[in-house]
Amino acid sequence: MSSSLASVSTAEESGDTSPQQKQSKKPKYSRFTQQELPACKPLLTPGIVIGIFALIAVVFIPIGLASLSASESVVEVVDRYDADCVPSDMQGRELDFIQNSSTNKTCTRRLIIPKTMKSPVHIYYELDNFYQNHRRYVKSRSDKQLLNPSKEGETKICAPEGNTPDGKPIVPCGLIAWSLFNDTYTFSVNSKIIQVNKKNIAWASDRSHKFSKDVYPKNFQKGALIGGGKLNESIPLSEQEDLIVWMRTAALPTFRKLYGRIEEDLLANEEITVVIDNNYNTYSFGGKKKLVLSTASWIGGKNSFLGVAYLTVGGLCLSLALGFIILYLFKPRTLGDPSYLSWNRNPSASAD
Amino acid sequence: MPLKYHSNYISTTKYNVITFLPKAIFEQFRRVANLYFLLAAILSLTPVAPLSAVSMIAPLAFVVGLSMAKEALEDWRRFIQDMKVNSRKVAVHKSEGLFGYTHWQKLRVGDLVKVEKDQFFPADLLLLSSSYEDGICYVETMNLDGETNLKVKRSLEVTLPLDEDEAFKDFRGIIRCEDPNSSLYSFVGNFEYQQQVYALDPNQILLRDSKLRNTQYIYGVVIFTGHDTKVMQNSTDSPSKRSRIEKKMDKIIYVLFSVLVLISLISSIGFAVNTKYYMPNWWFLEPKNTNDLYNPDKPALSGLFHLITALILYGYLIPISLYVSTEVVKVLQAMFINQDLHMYDEETGIPAQARTSNLNEELGQVHTILSDKTGTLTCNQMDFLKCSIAGVSYGVGSTEVEIAAAKHMSSESDFGTSEIEIEPSTPMTPVFERVRKSTIKGFNFEDDRLMNGSWTHEPNSGKILMFFRILALCHTAIPELNEETGVFTYEAESPDEGAFLVAAREFGFEFCKRTQSSVFVRERYSPADDLVEREFKVLNLLEFNSKRKRMSVIVRDESGQILLLCKGADSIIFERLSKTGRTFEGDTTRHLSEYGEAGLRTLALSYRVLEESEYLAWNAEFVKAKTSIGADRDVQLERVAELMEKELILVGATAVEDKLQRGVPQCIDKLAQAGLKLWVLTGDKMETAINIGYACSLLRQGMKQICLSAAPSDPTQPNAKQAVKENLSLQISNAIQMVKLERDPHAAFALIIDGKALTHTLQDDLKARFLELAVNCASVICCRVSPKQKALVTRLVKEGTGKTTLAVGDGANDVGMIQEADIGVGISGVEGMQAVMASDFAISQFRFLERLLVVHGHWCYKRVAQMICYFFYKNIAFGLTIFYFEAFTGFSGQSVYDDWYMLLFNVVLTSLPVISLGAFEQDVSSEVCLQFPALYQQGTKNLFFDWYRILGWMGNGLYSSLVLYFLSVSIFSSESAFRSDGQTADMAAVGTAMFTCIIWAVNIQIALTMSHFTWIQHLFVWGSIASWYLFLLAYGAGSPLISGNAFQILVEALGPTAVYWLSTLFIAVVCNLPYLAHISYQRACNPLDHHVIQEIKYYKKDLEDHDMWKRERSKARQETKIGFTARVEAKIRHLKCRLHKKIPSLTIQTVC
Repeated sequence: MSSSLASVSTAEESGDTSPQQKQSKKPKYSRFTQQELPACKPLLTPGIVIGIFALIAVVFIPIGLASLSASESVVEVVDRYDADCVPSDMQGRELDFIQNSSTNKTCTRRLIIPKTMKSPVHIYYELDNFYQNHRRYVKSRSDKQLLNPSKEGETKICAPEGNTPDGKPIVPCGLIAWSLFNDTYTFSVNSKIIQVNKKNIAWASDRSHKFSKDVYPKNFQKGALIGGGKLNESIPLSEQEDLIVWMRTAALPTFRKLYGRIEEDLLANEEITVVIDNNYNTYSFGGKKKLVLSTASWIGGKNSFLGVAYLTVGGLCLSLALGFIILYLFKPRTLGDPSYLSWNRNPSASAD
Repeated sequence: MPLKYHSNYISTTKYNVITFLPKAIFEQFRRVANLYFLLAAILSLTPVAPLSAVSMIAPLAFVVGLSMAKEALEDWRRFIQDMKVNSRKVAVHKSEGLFGYTHWQKLRVGDLVKVEKDQFFPADLLLLSSSYEDGICYVETMNLDGETNLKVKRSLEVTLPLDEDEAFKDFRGIIRCEDPNSSLYSFVGNFEYQQQVYALDPNQILLRDSKLRNTQYIYGVVIFTGHDTKVMQNSTDSPSKRSRIEKKMDKIIYVLFSVLVLISLISSIGFAVNTKYYMPNWWFLEPKNTNDLYNPDKPALSGLFHLITALILYGYLIPISLYVSTEVVKVLQAMFINQDLHMYDEETGIPAQARTSNLNEELGQVHTILSDKTGTLTCNQMDFLKCSIAGVSYGVGSTEVEIAAAKHMSSESDFGTSEIEIEPSTPMTPVFERVRKSTIKGFNFEDDRLMNGSWTHEPNSGKILMFFRILALCHTAIPELNEETGVFTYEAESPDEGAFLVAAREFGFEFCKRTQSSVFVRERYSPADDLVEREFKVLNLLEFNSKRKRMSVIVRDESGQILLLCKGADSIIFERLSKTGRTFEGDTTRHLSEYGEAGLRTLALSYRVLEESEYLAWNAEFVKAKTSIGADRDVQLERVAELMEKELILVGATAVEDKLQRGVPQCIDKLAQAGLKLWVLTGDKMETAINIGYACSLLRQGMKQICLSAAPSDPTQPNAKQAVKENLSLQISNAIQMVKLERDPHAAFALIIDGKALTHTLQDDLKARFLELAVNCASVICCRVSPKQKALVTRLVKEGTGKTTLAVGDGANDVGMIQEADIGVGISGVEGMQAVMASDFAISQFRFLERLLVVHGHWCYKRVAQMICYFFYKNIAFGLTIFYFEAFTGFSGQSVYDDWYMLLFNVVLTSLPVISLGAFEQDVSSEVCLQFPALYQQGTKNLFFDWYRILGWMGNGLYSSLVLYFLSVSIFSSESAFRSDGQTADMAAVGTAMFTCIIWAVNIQIALTMSHFTWIQHLFVWGSIASWYLFLLAYGAGSPLISGNAFQILVEALGPTAVYWLSTLFIAVVCNLPYLAHISYQRACNPLDHHVIQEIKYYKKDLEDHDMWKRERSKARQETKIGFTARVEAKIRHLKCRLHKKIPSLTIQTVC
């Protein structure tokens, strides 16, 4: 031991002048490798705990109130018409009614506006029990074809609505486009037609980047099975906004889609007459159809959930903050009180 | 030859070129999760898959490839090591008495080899002859049993003439022997030579991997080669070890698998029902025009296909990146271990090395340490430190125990607390200085009364002279002149003897020559005197053995006087003293107990003057006993020796310090305070082992020692073994009773057992009770154990207690134990590389074990435990949202998230924060870990990875998934617009918003979990969130053909929308509220130790209230019965007791 010690001390001395192999094995000092990086070590002191909960409450409650009042300010008129729009003689035979192209599908509805609706008033159709999110459905589209006129043959993933029976590619192909919603609504007040603006109901990016202005519908709805709406073959896809909106598949089986906007105020207690072309088949799967007129606020349509949720959690945090205050008052523990160390609390256990 | 013998080629690798791929791949896919991902990857090539094939195959290939590369590298290193050994060279008899060199691996059974000085034996050999006339040779068996002393081997007399190359021209003989076996100390066989049959015994066998010492050359015949050799028979296959946490992780993965299968079944049944009853009505899906995946006419088949789809889709429940991430984290942790400057040994220049990164977290859960002694605890160097001659104690040096006790006594008077401060550095300095002062190996004695001849002025100089002569004469060593320095060094049977001889030399009694009949000593009474060489005729040598515990020589000095010089254990010597020889008995006894308390190895020295006639009469009897043949020869010899070794006159006693490695007692102390148990397994004899036990404070005065040893049995009796066993069984039962009945809280028991007894107690019927006894003892010392027994004891502890074991050793004899234990630690840089090669961690000093366990182990355990828990949480939180969504899509297998989000979730968006948690988290700093070894118990008790905690995290994941999904869906309900311009949310918007919430929620969660934020954590956690938005921007800005409906989603649809940001804030907060409330409550009412210490540190209370800090540190130590502190405390109790006796009026409650 002592002799080896002597040799080391000489090695160290010479190591200063010429770095030896031995020295190279010595790890280099750095704060990182020695795990000594400066660090902040936040601690959940009573003050911080109460502070956090109180802060959440203070932030959440106003947000909740604001959201709730925004949601309350929205005026919404909902009219379910799928059942009422079947003529009385066809009741019970809804499928025959909707699938027969010769029946008269026009239907007139009257809506009372409960409160003044400021322009713009958004018109939605709402479907229910309609699985736009079904995997088979979602995948059945060809984005390439929609964007590029030369790729109209890319219809493989669109099966079974990729090609017509004689092999021509369908544009736009796929189940989504094929099942396009095709009820139409005409609004009038006191026999005066209200203009519906159907521009800009789709995302601008969709119009400019996903649906080309050089691609026109082709061979659409020409097969044996007719699905939903037809498309005007002289209008390019980028301007077929109803299609573009429809192609944005909804996440849940109950969904609303924008139909158009009324750009004039609707006054309270006004009676609005809606003439509906009730073409779309939801009868086979028992789905409801609703027409919705709604204004919008900064949180969108009428949805009190966000406001209520914020208020609830804000209140909860307030009570948690109070609870912790009470806890700290009645069961105070000096932070860093050594008597809480396990060996002080339970001496017999540590002596084990 | 009728038998096909193994070649001498050895291989310790796990794989070879051909078996590597199949075996390594098999190893990889023993991980259940990997197997699942392999299946999923294969299936992802079919149309059933809901996700793209690349996203399934790439991560798997990466994970498996990385792990296999690691395996290959490790095995390659082993292969290189083997090649080095196999290509060593040895001289072999070629023909006609000519010897030529050849590689070890080419040796065959029956080859004649010549091994030269300081070479290793290439195989197990039969010794034929040596450079000594009488056919003896000296062998060092360090690699076999860890002992560095030399053993003498002796050839058969009949082969003595074969002592030169030519003699082997016509040599023929036949050896018949037992089959290869692992017993190092036995050999049965016979040798047929020149029509005579001679019996062979272990004395003629030279074992592979032992070394020829002090002998110019030997000739031998190869008996066993390669894997047949005893040393290889003793080696066990190196098992691939997995940590406890990892094993538990597999169980959790099984649980998750069950959940996965369950929800997949629910999905597929739901799908089949939907397909059968509802899909025919869903005209928009063209139900009449489908393939088998969605066929309403074959719902069962479609359901079956869907089961596979679902199994792949919900695969996110099983975190594939868990394995990659833990590998990465463990490599980082291993890097920290390798780079730790506190575990770098300046003297040898070797840093600590984590040789496998699999077991880092296991270091935090160790319960029992099994340690080798020689080279691990000790340097295997004895220093002559003190002596007591004629009732006077000489030697002013003090041991570490004494220093600590003295320090404590002084500090107690100052503070009045029971604080014992043993900083790692402070007590070391005096010891260290002492070492620097003395430059003579084996001699550390300082006392001017004896040195430089001044002993001649002492009152009892005659006794002192006798004392020195006994030191110089009573031994079996051989002197060796170092040509360069002109100083004699000694090859002694034990290092104690070496120390005595060095001491004698330093006192002026230099042993310089040994012949067959005489010992020559150069005496010089004072530096001024001339050297006088005296010859002492050695008449008889009564050898040492563990039963006699003494050795004697009978010498005739130059004046013709016959002396018997005897040294031995004090108890043995004292009972043989004559009435006149007891003059110093009282003082010597007192000194001996002082020395013993100080951890020194003691021997008593005595002599007797013999009359010529008395000697002659005795010698006749002795010669008769010696020449007698038969089983009772040893008994006879012992009886005759007994006759002579009596009526002794006590001269004094020696105290030798078995030099411990630096910092060993402190380290043992800290480890004991951390609640770890230490077993010492040594090949040494019982006395040595006990002494070391004292030196490193495993044993102390006042401890009740339970010695288990096999009673000597009569081998002729038919059921001798049975008798021995019954006897042992009785001993164990008695001991257990004794331990149970003990009432004194300070009582501590030590169990000492020898190898022979172990062979019996390790058998199935006894081992459970043996273990029961052993775990109740404060320290356990096993001596005379073979490498195999070390492994067996390790296995017994490991399997019997079910706790984590760590084995630490330095020599080849420790390999079995290192491999058997849950963690094997090799001490590198001392002797050989076998232990290091077999180990999982290599450190260069035993004392680094403290930091390795208490700091790195503690950290790694917590890091990995928290990391794995978090992993499961995050994948459950994410994976279940996919499932909930299914219920709203008619279980069709559609995911609400973009494929890219899913791919990135595990790989990019949440991986770095969790890696930073796993690599950099520190609950308390390393200093605090060392100051509060009790914190280590958190790992041993597995507080951070018990089922309660795991289920808690899973519950948290379940809660978060519910919150994430249902709140998102309610807020982004497609039934109302989410924007002020009236747009409703489509699937891409809902999915992206939900995913944003997930990213925020899981990253806030990990931030709450962490308690240590360096810039790295900040960067990773907040960077992950930022990178999600960056990704969205980049993804949205790319081609819409790739991003589909996610095109420009952040810029156009979500970014300008208040609801999007409000939902993120809301859901992220709600997800983490229960956890925050839980940890706040826990800290307020039920703080864990590290919480309180964090607070103390946070408020700098430790600086303000120094006394409290010190007090807590001492209390935090487990009340230990072994170790330095315990020993000092025992001493203090003892001293206080004395104090009370002196001052009876003082009433302090102390248990003595």
